[in-house]
Amino acid sequence: MSAPVQEKIPGRLGEMVAKMEALYADLDLAAVRDWKSRGQNRRAVGFLPVYVPREVIHAAGALPVGIMGGADRIEIVRGDSYFQSYICHLPRSVIELAVVGKLDALDGFVFPSICDVIRNLSGMFKLLLKDKFVHYLDLPQNFDRRLGGRFYIQDMQHLAQGIGRLTGVEVTDSALRASIKAFNHNRAAVRRLVAARSDRPWEVPTLEYFLLLRAGYLIPVEEHTALLDEYLELVGRSGRHMMDNVRVVVRGAFCEQPPLGLLRTLERAGCYVVDDDFVLGAHFIERDLDERGDPWEALAEGFMEYSVPSASKYDEHRTKGSELVRRVRDVRGEGVIFMAPSFCDPALLDQPMLAAALEKEHIAHTALKYSEDTGQFQVIREQAGTFADGLKLWSNA
Amino acid sequence: MSTQTTEKDASMLKQKEMIADHFHALAHAKKNGKKVVYTFVPGNLTELINHFGLLPVLPEINALQSGMRGKSAEYIAIAEKAGHSEDVCTYVKTDIGMLKAGNIGPTGEPLPKPDLLLLSYTGCFTFLKWFELLREEYDCPVVMLHVPYQADGAITPEMRDYVVGQIRREVIPAFERLSGVKYDEAKLRAQLALSARAEDDLVWVLESGKHRPSPIDAWFGGVYYIGPMFTSFRGTQDAIDYYRLLREEIQERLAQNLGPVTPDGPAGAERYRLVVEGPPNWTSFREFWRMFSSEGAVVVASSYTKVGGLYDRGFRHNPDDPLGTLADYCMGCYTNLNFPQRVALLESYINDYAADGFLINSVKSCNSFSAGQLLILRELEKRTGRPGGFIESDLVDPRYFSAANIKNRLESYFQMIEARRTGARP
Amino acid sequence: MNVFVGIDLGSTTTKAVVLDADGAILGRGITNSRSNYDIAAQVAKDEAFTNVRFTVLRNTLEESGLLGGGLDEFWGLLTAAFELEGYLGHLDRLDVHCRDELGRGHHGDLTLPLSSALANIVKRLRDEAPDLFSPGRRARSDFFRDIAGAGFVNAAGEIAKAGGPPFDRIVGLFDKSIIPVENESDGRGFAPRLSAAFSRVTSGGTGDKAALRQLLNRAMGAELQTIRLVGTGYGRARLPFPKDQIRSEILCHGLGAHLMFPNTATVLDIGGQDTKAIQVDRAGVVTNFQMNDRCAAGCGRYLGYIADEMNIGLHELGPLAMQSHRRVKINSTCTVFAGAEFRDRLAAGDAREDILAGLHRAIMLRAMALLARSGGVRNEMTFTGGVAKNPAATAALRELVRENYGDVTINIAPDSIFTGAIGAATFALRDSVAARPVQEVA
Repeated sequence: MSAPVQEKIPGRLGEMVAKMEALYADLDLAAVRDWKSRGQNRRAVGFLPVYVPREVIHAAGALPVGIMGGADRIEIVRGDSYFQSYICHLPRSVIELAVVGKLDALDGFVFPSICDVIRNLSGMFKLLLKDKFVHYLDLPQNFDRRLGGRFYIQDMQHLAQGIGRLTGVEVTDSALRASIKAFNHNRAAVRRLVAARSDRPWEVPTLEYFLLLRAGYLIPVEEHTALLDEYLELVGRSGRHMMDNVRVVVRGAFCEQPPLGLLRTLERAGCYVVDDDFVLGAHFIERDLDERGDPWEALAEGFMEYSVPSASKYDEHRTKGSELVRRVRDVRGEGVIFMAPSFCDPALLDQPMLAAALEKEHIAHTALKYSEDTGQFQVIREQAGTFADGLKLWSNA
Repeated sequence: MSTQTTEKDASMLKQKEMIADHFHALAHAKKNGKKVVYTFVPGNLTELINHFGLLPVLPEINALQSGMRGKSAEYIAIAEKAGHSEDVCTYVKTDIGMLKAGNIGPTGEPLPKPDLLLLSYTGCFTFLKWFELLREEYDCPVVMLHVPYQADGAITPEMRDYVVGQIRREVIPAFERLSGVKYDEAKLRAQLALSARAEDDLVWVLESGKHRPSPIDAWFGGVYYIGPMFTSFRGTQDAIDYYRLLREEIQERLAQNLGPVTPDGPAGAERYRLVVEGPPNWTSFREFWRMFSSEGAVVVASSYTKVGGLYDRGFRHNPDDPLGTLADYCMGCYTNLNFPQRVALLESYINDYAADGFLINSVKSCNSFSAGQLLILRELEKRTGRPGGFIESDLVDPRYFSAANIKNRLESYFQMIEARRTGARP
Repeated sequence: MNVFVGIDLGSTTTKAVVLDADGAILGRGITNSRSNYDIAAQVAKDEAFTNVRFTVLRNTLEESGLLGGGLDEFWGLLTAAFELEGYLGHLDRLDVHCRDELGRGHHGDLTLPLSSALANIVKRLRDEAPDLFSPGRRARSDFFRDIAGAGFVNAAGEIAKAGGPPFDRIVGLFDKSIIPVENESDGRGFAPRLSAAFSRVTSGGTGDKAALRQLLNRAMGAELQTIRLVGTGYGRARLPFPKDQIRSEILCHGLGAHLMFPNTATVLDIGGQDTKAIQVDRAGVVTNFQMNDRCAAGCGRYLGYIADEMNIGLHELGPLAMQSHRRVKINSTCTVFAGAEFRDRLAAGDAREDILAGLHRAIMLRAMALLARSGGVRNEMTFTGGVAKNPAATAALRELVRENYGDVTINIAPDSIFTGAIGAATFALRDSVAARPVQEVA
């Protein structure tokens, strides 16, 4: 098992980090069970990466719970028997969690259309968990609002009806507007976190940043927003010191998540991660959604017009390269680390295109692969360290 | 090949001629003022492309041809040198490598650059990345046709409207702009009627595998039989002629109680009837086939021959509803079926074709096929009680075809069927 | 006597088993597979036949009552002497091949020094040999290559250090010559070798030599008629047998396990290069199987790399791992990274035995996945293959099976390495009983 995440942090901040670590480490979803037990007939619905409109689940009266695999915290006994060696790791741990009953607290599952593996996993769930609600959310790849937008709204409404059958709640426009509002608050808080982290990465270590985002996938949105606010206030007064690290942007880790040890390794190797796509669904839509008009249209607009580029979304306007460059400039990034899970087709196929865009702008980049249960970091430490040293040399030259 | 079979190869010669003509036309497209559309096999809009006098190029077919011609290893190496990961789809890498090596097509003539990429995103997520990558290379327009997945095992009216809407509002206008030809619904109806005629014959051919002995191999042989229908020829008189010839040949074999014809000549006695799930391997195609034929194993039905449509389950292009039928076609391909549908289809093949067992060829490249196949294996064993086999290879990366390993598994598998059939001897 | 032979050509060892017409095991033989499968098959078969003859001889001796209470002691001396004679015979051949190599004129000025070093080494090996094969002493390996190799290398080191030719040049002679030596079967044949062994044992002058010698000749004279032979194993395709005398190792393993443990339902075999999970019915017929994929993670080879990394013998790994009190969790069983993984853990401060315990569990986790693919673990389960000899591996397996499948009887046979060959020999017997055309095998 992993060594302690880091040195003990004193005071309230320490308590918060410990709570987030506990949430992260709890594969039995005690927090979800606890939430369910605090009301009558409460339901929880799991969703897989990268993005689902959690507002719909929320408005249907269920708790949206992000399923991001088992990290390095679960021994895969059964999961491997379902997948060949050339399939990424995430579905193995998800199946493992499902068949050993660790997802029992969830009453339904939403699989967004991000790749063939997750797509097929939705069908495997249908075969393996026959009594659970399983919805495949076919996120539109056609970004015409009359075409893809319309289809997306219909799909979301099917989802709302499906969850409504579990909870007995009908999703009204006003309920959905209220959910959008709650998530707008959360998005704003996440934006503050993202900004703080990129402005003062020494105050917001990558590990805490990651755990904060992950916590948002396990507790009610309102609680999470409050958690973010309190955290930001506390770290502002933490007096943490800046180190001589380079500022890097990470791309490729939007689905299967890196183990905590890997995040720690990056920082120890001299890299401040100032922008990333970890837990991407939590910061996928860059601005607040309309809280007044047709809420379904607002959600469609959010996905189709205000979401960030991602390898699993069609790059209609061929802007993902320039967007990455812009982002690197905005956060004063000195280089980019492509960090993709092994066998992740979307991330790995995206890489050459993104790398070409960076090269045109003379932005340094390097690439490494991981899986959620990667246990040894020596090679990564060396690679990231060399990259950081190289960047320092360049900037001093 | 023996002289006895040459006469039976009329259909094969016809297909060869069709392919040669097509690639010749492609090689001279620019000179002849023809516009070129690249698109994908599953759920392709061949009739519509032909409708506007556009010439289709199917990169998957080029990649598999590169595999069969022993070029893919070199092409994959080129793509990996250019920054592509060893982990990703080898069709994509073969295509990119071929492009970087001069874009010479399977017949030795150069392929034209695309004037348009029709990103028909059906049953395979990688298609999306593939054409994003080609767009970087060719700097040409792309039309996205998002084909929704049959997540709940059916095509809903919403899904249909979505696809029809995209064809009507985006694909057709793009084709009109590119070709200068106006969309003519009556003409499309006539094309679709031709499609349906050839489709009837294809179904007859595929279903001949129900006979004992089967006159066809529905996987190794099957990939040839689906060629014209799944690629650029559907809706043409050529396709009708090809399938008529093919049907007659098979009818004759059937009358004489003959088995399939393999590259080594007529197959020996049929000992094992198999249903196969997954694509074949292309780099060692003949060697692979021989591992079956030398043991008397015949594939009587396969899922791979359904990647371009489940005609045997009743689908026909319907001239009465031209755009609706195209949408249904796009959504009805095998790789767009959900898991329960795939299992049910394979189960019915195992029963309907009286198979002794079923075999999964799990290819490293294709997650759409492969992710979850081990659950399919388990489900089918449970439901049919017949032995399942599992082998692993790749489409076009020879590094993933271990002949000794595959042969070992196949032999063990065949011997297991035999042992189970006879039971233990005292 | 009519016998039925099964030969299992594995990637590291080749095994032969001889059955009588009732299916009883008469003899076994094993050799390393080397580069030439024909030779390996021949040597294994010869060894098995030798083993049969010894069985016959032992029975004859017992019946005669000639040695009374001294039988066991005599027997120990005789078999050890027989091994020694075999070893010395091979040593002669090694000497010849090394001299041939020296005679090729590739060694220039070193020819003479090498020649004298060789003479020195061969003499030393010869002198040390009786001690290596004294009764009750267990050699580290059954194979000439390993036993002679160890002595050769030691002696070469000393000679080089003492100002002789360079170490690698001396050892180079061995490396060049060992393959031809292995590819010859013992030139003397069985009877002369036994006769020499007998003389060695009886030179002390005890007992009734003439009567013993007579018994010996009678037992050795028995004709062994191979009625049918079946080959199996990874190298079976390269055996010069007709196709109907070749069976997949999956079928043979399933049947072999069933014969050793008749209640076997699930078989796990972990060999050097592959892992097999097999389900069999009540009659030992295979109903399902899975093999590891392209990647060798989780096979015996992985343990081999770890042993190399630690610079200890493969057989020492398991006992060391058993000393662990705090198992380290290992995720990757990638063979390529085995060494790096191990070093990384050591650097992180983990104890060797704890890392090893983690590695053993990781390997067995891979096996569990394969078992699940093949239909799970059913009662009873039989564990075979080289890795089944490793106590840490079997302990990890027992633990995982209990955790995931509850109470299952797990059979581990000490001679499970012969499972495939037993299955093959039984197929040979059954095939000849079933009215198949019988082909005489030389």
